Amino acid sequence: MTAFMRKNKRVIPGFGLSFGVTVAALGFIVLIPLCSLVVFSSGISFKEFAAVVTSPRVRASYLVSFETSLIAAVIDACLGLILAWTLVRYDFPGKKIMNGVIELPFALPTAVAGIALTHLTTTNGWVGSLFAKFGIEIAYTRIGITTALVFIGIPFVVRATQPVLAKLDVQYEEAARILGANGRQTMMDVIFPEILPALVGGFTLSFARGLGEYGSVVFIAGNQPYKTEIAPLMIMSKLQEYDYASATSIALVMLLVAFLILFINAVLQSRTSKIVSGIS
Amino acid sequence: MEIRRNSGPMKWVFIGISALFLTIMLILPLIYVITTALQDGSAAFMKAVRDTYAVKAILLTVKVTLITLIFNTVFGVFAAWCITRFQFKGKKIISTLIDLPLTVSPVVAGLIFLLTFGRQSALYPFLKSAGIQIVFAVPGIVLATIFVTFPFVAREIIPVLTAAGSDEEEAAALMGAGGFRIFREITLPRIKWALLYGIVLCAARAMGEFGAVSVLSGHLRGKTNTMPLYIELLYQGYDFTGAFAMSAILVIMAVVILILRSVLKNKGKGSTENGRPE
Repeated sequence: MTAFMRKNKRVIPGFGLSFGVTVAALGFIVLIPLCSLVVFSSGISFKEFAAVVTSPRVRASYLVSFETSLIAAVIDACLGLILAWTLVRYDFPGKKIMNGVIELPFALPTAVAGIALTHLTTTNGWVGSLFAKFGIEIAYTRIGITTALVFIGIPFVVRATQPVLAKLDVQYEEAARILGANGRQTMMDVIFPEILPALVGGFTLSFARGLGEYGSVVFIAGNQPYKTEIAPLMIMSKLQEYDYASATSIALVMLLVAFLILFINAVLQSRTSKIVSGIS
Repeated sequence: MEIRRNSGPMKWVFIGISALFLTIMLILPLIYVITTALQDGSAAFMKAVRDTYAVKAILLTVKVTLITLIFNTVFGVFAAWCITRFQFKGKKIISTLIDLPLTVSPVVAGLIFLLTFGRQSALYPFLKSAGIQIVFAVPGIVLATIFVTFPFVAREIIPVLTAAGSDEEEAAALMGAGGFRIFREITLPRIKWALLYGIVLCAARAMGEFGAVSVLSGHLRGKTNTMPLYIELLYQGYDFTGAFAMSAILVIMAVVILILRSVLKNKGKGSTENGRPE
């Protein structure tokens, strides 16, 4: 194996050039900027850092971001699974269009999505006026933030679960049915365990994206301190005051949380895929 | 058979939920943008779009998107070639770093470039004496946009190249073909659709990036305002016709991108199916 790899390396030309270009671009775009974040934050004392990130307003913004992203990711996971199931299992007119439209949140600039959703959900908007009759306000509340995040996150879940559902062999379900399982049992014991890793992956991606999302949320949130102010907006307002130390402190916590979520996801993924495939 | 029969009523419930959700959440905003942009007549729409600052914002967005596309395409092809065709130490680190920008909040992405090239940076005196302004200028906007779209092209090509394996490239190299010739005649035809797909994805995100660009732009009207930033400016000034007119252009672009994507996806499926181990 090693001999083959070594041969491989020599035979195809271009290693030096492609490696050089890759590392140079990575260094310039990713590494140097991240290092400067580390360098800059090393100049902030821990006391200063702790004072910024535990100040009531910043803490409230973390909570708002966390709560709305989590709820949005749960909604996305449920609806995304229904959408993926519909697209994989059923044939119906307009399926192709539906499949394309799901990726709209990837293609539509977040600011455009933000202002459109805001106008639709204000108390005199097309959708907001319907909810206002029941006393539910969407725009400028946490419900509004969650709505924007559901919009942003939905394609992540659909695109993560769709290929797995498509690959799932119908034979297993048929076998379960023949052995006497009812519809719910087949769903919970046969299908669900198979798609769980992909579903968790999609959930994590939409959750992580929601935590950092700015463009679509900032219009619909109303941005009231302690109530509808998200963490990225706190960074933005610190930057507008040229308070780089505070902005960096808030950003560091966000980066740590993002990495932590991805790490947990990686662990869960490798675990569940081991359980499912039976290899330990 | 039994499954087919039992899925009868559930089928329409599922399709109904899906259609309802997509219509309200995704299609309604599009319709709203277009109708609001045209509510004062097409003359008002044209006036808003032809405004000097609007034209400048459109041109800046086109410029930034093009530079980003060229940079990330070149990088993506080299990175994919490097990662899939050679074995070397640190490969895992490189692929992790390529994906890293996906996990960073756009606002934080803007912040790290602000810290790298801004006033408090160690590089600032050099940049200043060389007369280069990055932060609150166009180069900063370009850098931030490249960062947020950095992995898009590479991530689309890498799986295709991995699935195809490198036997044919090796054979060509043994028969004496040069690197560029191998790429053009063997690799490129294989990755062509994935590459275009990645480029379209990259273009979509680049033209619409808001958070990262907002941090680095300085919001100088006519100079460093891209389309999304200009929309924010109009919106905050209660010029809704103007804001939605500019948005309508981006909505049309988004629809074009969606159509291109599904066309490319189908083409890509057809040409790589044989090479994929699925």
